[in-house]
Amino acid sequence: MLSSAPPQAAAASAVTVTDLRCGYAGREVLKGISFSAAAGEFVGILGPNGAGKSTLVLALSGIIEPASGKIEILGTAIERLSLKERARRVAVLNQDGDMRFPFPCREVVAMGRYPHKKRWQMDSVRDMEAVEKALALTDTEVLADRLIGAVSGGERQRVLMAKSLAQESPVLILDEATSAMDIHRKLQIFRVLDRLNREDNLTVFAVMHDINLAALFCRRMLFLKEGKVEADGPTEEVLTPETLEAIYETRVVVQEIELAGKRQVIFLP
Amino acid sequence: MTWIGFILLIGFAAFVSSGLGTFKTPYDVILKLWLSPAYPDAAAPVDDTVRYIVLNVRLARICLAFLIGAALGLAGTVYQGVLLNPLADPFTLGISTGAAFGASLAILVGVGSVHFLGVSALPGAAFAGALLALYLVYLLGSVDGRIHVVTIVLAGIIVSTFLSAMISLLKSLNEESVSTIVFWIMGSLSGKSWTHVLLVLPYIAAGAVAICCFTRELDLLSLGDIPAQQLGVNVGKVRFWLLLSASLITAAAVAVSGIIGFVGLVIPHLARLALGPRHRVLIPAAMLSGGLLVLVSDSIARSILPGGAEIPVGVVTAILGGPFFCYLLLRRKQQLRLQ
Repeated sequence: MLSSAPPQAAAASAVTVTDLRCGYAGREVLKGISFSAAAGEFVGILGPNGAGKSTLVLALSGIIEPASGKIEILGTAIERLSLKERARRVAVLNQDGDMRFPFPCREVVAMGRYPHKKRWQMDSVRDMEAVEKALALTDTEVLADRLIGAVSGGERQRVLMAKSLAQESPVLILDEATSAMDIHRKLQIFRVLDRLNREDNLTVFAVMHDINLAALFCRRMLFLKEGKVEADGPTEEVLTPETLEAIYETRVVVQEIELAGKRQVIFLP
Repeated sequence: MTWIGFILLIGFAAFVSSGLGTFKTPYDVILKLWLSPAYPDAAAPVDDTVRYIVLNVRLARICLAFLIGAALGLAGTVYQGVLLNPLADPFTLGISTGAAFGASLAILVGVGSVHFLGVSALPGAAFAGALLALYLVYLLGSVDGRIHVVTIVLAGIIVSTFLSAMISLLKSLNEESVSTIVFWIMGSLSGKSWTHVLLVLPYIAAGAVAICCFTRELDLLSLGDIPAQQLGVNVGKVRFWLLLSASLITAAAVAVSGIIGFVGLVIPHLARLALGPRHRVLIPAAMLSGGLLVLVSDSIARSILPGGAEIPVGVVTAILGGPFFCYLLLRRKQQLRLQ
């Protein structure tokens, strides 16, 4: 799966992870993970608590260094990229986005332009266009002039989503980034991501707990368990009762929803 | 436009202040002296004593007060921005006290008046003291290498209290009068001249330039360490340089004025409430309003008591700042968010 990939595929690879091991102060969380995602994939990263999903996100964004193994972003080893170059390639959106100071939402979205700017450079027309486009995509124009501390948790997540879209990086990693949104907003955001994924070839990695939401939008699923890849493949191949029961240790029914052409999962009590 | 108005207001305050004092000087004379660089003839008949008092004594002190206030406002803004703590300022973090301790120690062992390459050693000693305090506070206030928002202020208070006691001890060993201790603890600009302005200006200017390189990064830090780094900010490096610069500025200010409290705490809040949290606006605003506050406070400190007696300027800033901060706290709890 890894080293056997032909050179052409490697060139178009968005993220390649090879035998990644890492963790925190003496505790290894990821115990040898390998996968490769081509540009334009929509990958759901799922698994039980403590499986290493968030650690993987931190490793992919260069926050924690691998103890061993390799991470390549768009064909370059991550340690050879400067912090700003990393941010121009990968945008990360975390679950918790509490902000200490009351910035107006538009300013928060504009922070996404930071990796594109030199030290004394002012905001360009290009920057403002990216900000307005991101506000429109996330339906947050009405929030733009309100203070980030004065909007609800779900609204704040939409503003932070706009910030990550304004970053215009070809790879987007979401870590439970829609957890506080209502179902209507979740679907709305994922439809936008789906469109950007198909039209602009945006590569999306989404860490999710909501397996049914993942089943609606992710075309590939990567299941982690206890720091290892437990299952990895196209959604229709991986989303089976056998895999799910092995991972979640619960009885499961998987149903085909003909109306949507998707599968949905019911966990049995 | 607002900026020009504000600068004119500062000029006006400086003008009024240069006419205050036990030695009576009518404002038409002050005006002539202010215009003397452009129109030397107009000020020609003015008595040399008056000229000296207004231009060399009062104006120097006014400039110094503005400079110190600007420095403290700037340092407070940076500490609050870097530590994401609305209670952080040079005083609550113990940096001021550290600087005062360094300066007192230097005076006690007799290196206070030593000059090296034409630069006085006193701000250097104050800077060393400030760094010592910063290091201690950082050590006590961080958990697993991460700064803990509440603990760091507690650490600052502990370090500050301890170093205040050390200053008092040093002073009693030196058998200095109580008023000299008061100078360090409450701050004073009494008897300061243009020499002192020139002494601190390079330090404050250098620190301010360094800080201005990082205004955008200061904004991004409020996203939190990890999101800021994921956007390309080298959080460790930025934090290091900002804390160092703010401490340098604080040390320079304390070395000539002693500890003037409340400016670094109140001014950033005031500026943030008025103009929002964007640092490229906040920093110049905090410098100008900090300068104005200390200028006005020092004018009150040296002119309110009859017979030329002075009260420490730190007393005035605390008396002005304390109730104002209470007002902020009660009316604007939402914006302050003390967690």
